[in-house]
Amino acid sequence: MFVIVDALVIVLLAGGTFFTVVGTIGLLRFPDFYTRLHATGKCDTLGEGLIILGAVVYHLFYYSESLLVPIKLLFLIFFIFIANPTATHAIVKAAYETGLKPWKPGEERR
Amino acid sequence: MNQKGKPFAISLTFCLMFLFWILLSGMWDLFHLLSGVICSGIVAFISHDLLVKHKDEKLVAKTIRLFRYIPWEFWQIVLANIDVLCRVLHPKMPIDPCVIEFETPLRGDFSIVTLANSITLTPGTITIRVEPEKGKFWVHALAKEPADALLIDGTMQRKVADVFMEGEGNR
Repeated sequence: MFVIVDALVIVLLAGGTFFTVVGTIGLLRFPDFYTRLHATGKCDTLGEGLIILGAVVYHLFYYSESLLVPIKLLFLIFFIFIANPTATHAIVKAAYETGLKPWKPGEERR
Repeated sequence: MNQKGKPFAISLTFCLMFLFWILLSGMWDLFHLLSGVICSGIVAFISHDLLVKHKDEKLVAKTIRLFRYIPWEFWQIVLANIDVLCRVLHPKMPIDPCVIEFETPLRGDFSIVTLANSITLTPGTITIRVEPEKGKFWVHALAKEPADALLIDGTMQRKVADVFMEGEGNR
């Protein structure tokens, strides 16, 4: 039983870390402002969500006497899933209103 | 806000705030519960109109539909991440960014926010601007296929309209 839970936690944490790393790679590789936000806005949300979910599973199993902590962690996931796209939208909107033109294929990286 | 809905809005906000207080504190003694009652009372009195705009008979049905929508949305987020992952790690980086506009029948604040956030979280699209009066959305798409999914297919618009019971059938 311990092995299964440990494996599940490891999978969740590793998945979360992987998505966060991919988001960072995207941030570095993509050509302009908007496309970079695509990478961070999506991959970070899922990455953080998976990492916290791993913590929830770990806590549920090893410290099952205190249920409040997993609930608080789930609230964290909930708020990240609301706050992250909203912040991404705010940044993109600011750039768009300022007049930054989206990158087109064939243009140079910015 | 009409006068009739006010006690309902205040009591609903109060209950939610107090529940949240108990969850965060985890203490059951008189002092903590009493401070919780006072604090959530003040919050409910000041900001009840933020949560409940008017008395809504369909509130329960909408909440149930919202909870049915969330798992689908989660699955879409996973697909979105795999999509972005492929584009990021692909050696040639197959991206073709474009800005698209489309109109939706949505008018409510909450439904527009839900759709805008869902668009940002799902495959290759970010909401740039929203015009709430016309339900108009500007969306930055990473490539052609995600843009077509919103423009032609429109599954997400229909799902959100269904959750909040807005759109052609219900207006």
